[in-house]
Amino acid sequence: MPEAYIYDHIRTPRGKGRASGALHEITPIELTTQVLRALRDRAEMDTNLVDDVIMGCVTPVGEQGANIARVAAINAGYSEQVPGTQLNRFCASGLEAVNSAAAQVMSGMSQLVIGGGVESMSRVPMGADGGAWGSDPNVAYHTYFAPQGIGADLIASRYGFSRDDVDAYAMESQRRAAHAWEQGHFSRSILPVRDSLGSVVLDRDEHMRPGTTMDDLAGLKPAFAVPGEQFGFDSVALQRYPDVERINHVHTGGNSSGIVDGAAGVLVGSKKIGRKLGLKPRARIRGFASIGSEPTIMLTGPAPSARRALKRCRMQQSDIDLFELNEAFASVVLRFMQDMEVPHEQINVNGGAIAMGHPLGATGAMVLGTALDEIERRDLNTALVTLCVGAGMGTATIIERV
Amino acid sequence: MFKTINWKAGDDGIVKLVLDVKDRSMNVLTPELVADLEKAVEKIAADDAVRGAIITSGKSSFVAGADLKGMDALVALARKDPAAALERVGYFSQLLRRMETCGKPFVAAINGTALGGGLEICLACHYRVAANAPRAVLGLPEVQVGLLPGAGGTQRLPRLIGIEASLPLMLEGRHVSPEKAAKLGIVDELVEPDALLAAARRWLLESPTAEQPWDRKGFKVPGGAGAMHPKSAQTFMAGAAMVARETRHNYPAPISIMSSVFEGTIVPMDTGLKIEARYFTKLLADPVAGNMVRTLFVNKQKADKLAYRPEGVDRLKVSRVGILGAGMMGAGIAYVSAVAGQHAVLLDTEQALADKGKDYSRRLVEQRVEKGRMTRSQADEVLARIQPTTRYEDLEGCELVIEAVFENREIKADVTARSEAVIGKDALFASNTSTLPITSLAKASSRPERFIGIHFFSPVEKMPLVEIIVGRKTDESAIAHALDYVAAIGKTPIVVNDSRGFYTSRVFGVFTQEGMAMLAEGVNPALIENGAKFAGMAVGPLAVMDEVTLELAWKVTEQTRADLGGKYEPNIAVPVLDRFVNELDRKGKRFGKGFYDYPADGPKRLWPGLAEVYPRAEKQPDVDDVKKRLLYIQALETARCLEEGVLDRPEDADIGSIFGWGFPAWTGGTLSFIDMIGIETFVRECERLARRHGKRFRPSKWLKDRAKAGQSFHDSSGSRRSAA
Repeated sequence: MPEAYIYDHIRTPRGKGRASGALHEITPIELTTQVLRALRDRAEMDTNLVDDVIMGCVTPVGEQGANIARVAAINAGYSEQVPGTQLNRFCASGLEAVNSAAAQVMSGMSQLVIGGGVESMSRVPMGADGGAWGSDPNVAYHTYFAPQGIGADLIASRYGFSRDDVDAYAMESQRRAAHAWEQGHFSRSILPVRDSLGSVVLDRDEHMRPGTTMDDLAGLKPAFAVPGEQFGFDSVALQRYPDVERINHVHTGGNSSGIVDGAAGVLVGSKKIGRKLGLKPRARIRGFASIGSEPTIMLTGPAPSARRALKRCRMQQSDIDLFELNEAFASVVLRFMQDMEVPHEQINVNGGAIAMGHPLGATGAMVLGTALDEIERRDLNTALVTLCVGAGMGTATIIERV
Repeated sequence: MFKTINWKAGDDGIVKLVLDVKDRSMNVLTPELVADLEKAVEKIAADDAVRGAIITSGKSSFVAGADLKGMDALVALARKDPAAALERVGYFSQLLRRMETCGKPFVAAINGTALGGGLEICLACHYRVAANAPRAVLGLPEVQVGLLPGAGGTQRLPRLIGIEASLPLMLEGRHVSPEKAAKLGIVDELVEPDALLAAARRWLLESPTAEQPWDRKGFKVPGGAGAMHPKSAQTFMAGAAMVARETRHNYPAPISIMSSVFEGTIVPMDTGLKIEARYFTKLLADPVAGNMVRTLFVNKQKADKLAYRPEGVDRLKVSRVGILGAGMMGAGIAYVSAVAGQHAVLLDTEQALADKGKDYSRRLVEQRVEKGRMTRSQADEVLARIQPTTRYEDLEGCELVIEAVFENREIKADVTARSEAVIGKDALFASNTSTLPITSLAKASSRPERFIGIHFFSPVEKMPLVEIIVGRKTDESAIAHALDYVAAIGKTPIVVNDSRGFYTSRVFGVFTQEGMAMLAEGVNPALIENGAKFAGMAVGPLAVMDEVTLELAWKVTEQTRADLGGKYEPNIAVPVLDRFVNELDRKGKRFGKGFYDYPADGPKRLWPGLAEVYPRAEKQPDVDDVKKRLLYIQALETARCLEEGVLDRPEDADIGSIFGWGFPAWTGGTLSFIDMIGIETFVRECERLARRHGKRFRPSKWLKDRAKAGQSFHDSSGSRRSAA
């Protein structure tokens, strides 16, 4: 089986996902276009060689709709022979796009594929694509639908994480992210976003709040108490988890991932195409796995997906040097650490989405790149990247430096 | 030509259809009425001389709804052949659709109450005028018997007033006054009763349209519909969760209503009606609707009408009732009696206590006046009828005396004798005891044939059931008179024979005992409490024990031990009670701690120390097993009550269980529950539970024989097995 290699990775900084955010004026197609151009230019490649462009996008409607990958490729000036496809694995879309790119290469059907993702949450709001799970009452009722935040609070309640525990985690995420930026750990992969005149509109993650204290966090209101208690979602969740007496609503805007805009891309290819382009592979994609698990608690998929990826790669957990798990909610990471017995020193070492934000469709590709940069910087070998995914899924990818 | 409709054609081309089903006090949708309506619609459509039609009623009400008593055949068909049932279900709905699309304008002249199918006729009319009649109500109450408005109600109401406004009316089955209906937009015009027909006629003569808004091009559901409309999507997202919270997934009707609205309002009316009819057919085939119709509608109505009252006994009209003991129960009994127009003598040992008992009513009437449910003068009259006293002489002239003193034999014997010294020889004497056998209390009476148990539930003014307990010597006339009293105060009676705990307390007791037994086995207490709630009980067994207090339960146990002597056999919960009351000093909510902690600054929570007293078992049961144990033990104990003759009729068992202690209504009651499972399966499962959890689950020979004979408790039982 051919191997799939990562040749490059790039991401935009993440802008606050609201009207006052720096990237609000930049369209999602433009974010994607700038990423595709940068990948092309950094590799100095003839885009005729690109077999496919796969872009994750979680709310593919309006200006993000109708296959943003193909249109962005055309818009970026890629050869018109380059096809594109958009996929939606919810929060792991960006990683799933890279995995799909790798799968094409591993199968021998493609030589060079771009995987990545985009989400302009300030312009296309979360949930704008509707969907049967939440809004078709027959489906929601019979499958015990509850919003993610309820699942996050259920994880905290069921596995014993207090408000202090999740806030302490959030504070550390802020500290690590600020430190990483100060030390320039992200600089290799950040693509400043420019306006139509070529001026930089954003070159640094905008959502961070360095210096956040426990007191700051303690002052925030629980975000999911109202849907839980007033709309009835707590009851729905407890009907699935009757061993829990009540749901403790510990998550706030401060210990959950930020709503942001951003895009990212990863250049994946075979050994042969690397040689042809004169590119040095940075890492090998050892393997990956997506799994489904119980959908109401929704966010406990990372551990089983990590285990399955390890198994598929015939690896042990001890073979992994660094873990990167998207910080959708603090309890998701705390539960993963508890379940997998991963020390905090080994996971999300440069902070994560609580500090820097989670542009849904792009995050998977971003965290993969962050992990790659970090194992290179520390001169380590392997990383396992994973995300919790809506409706109870999980996706994990293992990379190894070459 | 018509059996149930009076056809009145005017010179102006307006036909008046007066619905009038013979031999019924109210119009219901009998097959004859439906057939007549169809004929009438076709006649109107075909006759060029007819400009339009008014539909009204010859009764004081408009149409009270479907004929639920005739539903059994349709239910059977829905289970056997859903496609055939769908056709039958769709018949009336299609008739209404034909009416609204036949090209002639129809007006509903709603002279009185219009419920269910009655209101659905009105909604299919092109214009609705309602009389502002004092007692009239409009509504779609089908959900209350496990069904949905199946003749276009889930399609027309949201198209008329919007999804957000229509859902609560259908999900709760709430009635509204004509005035409120006009405000909501359900009716177009509200007029005084005598102006009703003129208003209907005027509309037909002046501005008629024979096209419904939803059949016009470009029609949009007011407020939006579908998954892509932000407001509608939000409504359904939160709505489905609220339905799940309220039903705990036990009642299929509410989510079917919501789904019928959701799916039906995205598509054209004709398609929407098809979707609605399918959901309706599915509900028909589900045993829950059959259970609810049987117990909540048919049998409850029978009980309310005293169908089992002994014959040949003159009706007793209670004008003066004596109540002994002005505690919470006595005070509540005085209140409901006074509201029913009876003079209530409320007696206690001290005037201050009696006065305090009357204050209870004062608070209640004040609340009612505040909410506009009672006028000031009505409130004053109620209070004037309550006479707090300490003097037994004041009981003179009472046709009925009810004692609600402490559960202590000496005190009860004393008040019985003192009352009987004053009241007439024919007067009825009743005890409101919930634990002491009536036959034993009657020993203190000089006329045990007129001594009976009238067991109220707390709080009296809210709880709909009264359990009448027949002692060994109680005679038929006493039973009849007790029933007369219960009917007069507007409660639902059941009649049971004497035994320890009677029926309701006895069976409710095994529910709480089973919960405590699980606790002692090391079952996670959250699982026990949630299991009970998700099965449909109002509260978990541990929470309920805290409410009644473990101390009281312990005292009852002690009393039983004393009463039975050598025959006493402690139930499975006694060691738990003993430990909590006598060792741990956690006696219940009133004492600030029991199975739960009651922190001052937050909601109660299960006492964390439970895990130390009863260490968690390594293997925890599935929640379905918890539910099963809690429901089965109650059903089995009920079967024992029937076997022992504590109960005479399965109907009493069902009604008593739902209205007495809150056995889940979706089951139709404890014996309907067995029928639903299938008596053979039930017995087999009990045997399995007995092997696992103890002999209390062992079915008797009587029950096993019954199972072998395949003899269900009710004739038309939709067991899940036969439904499958």
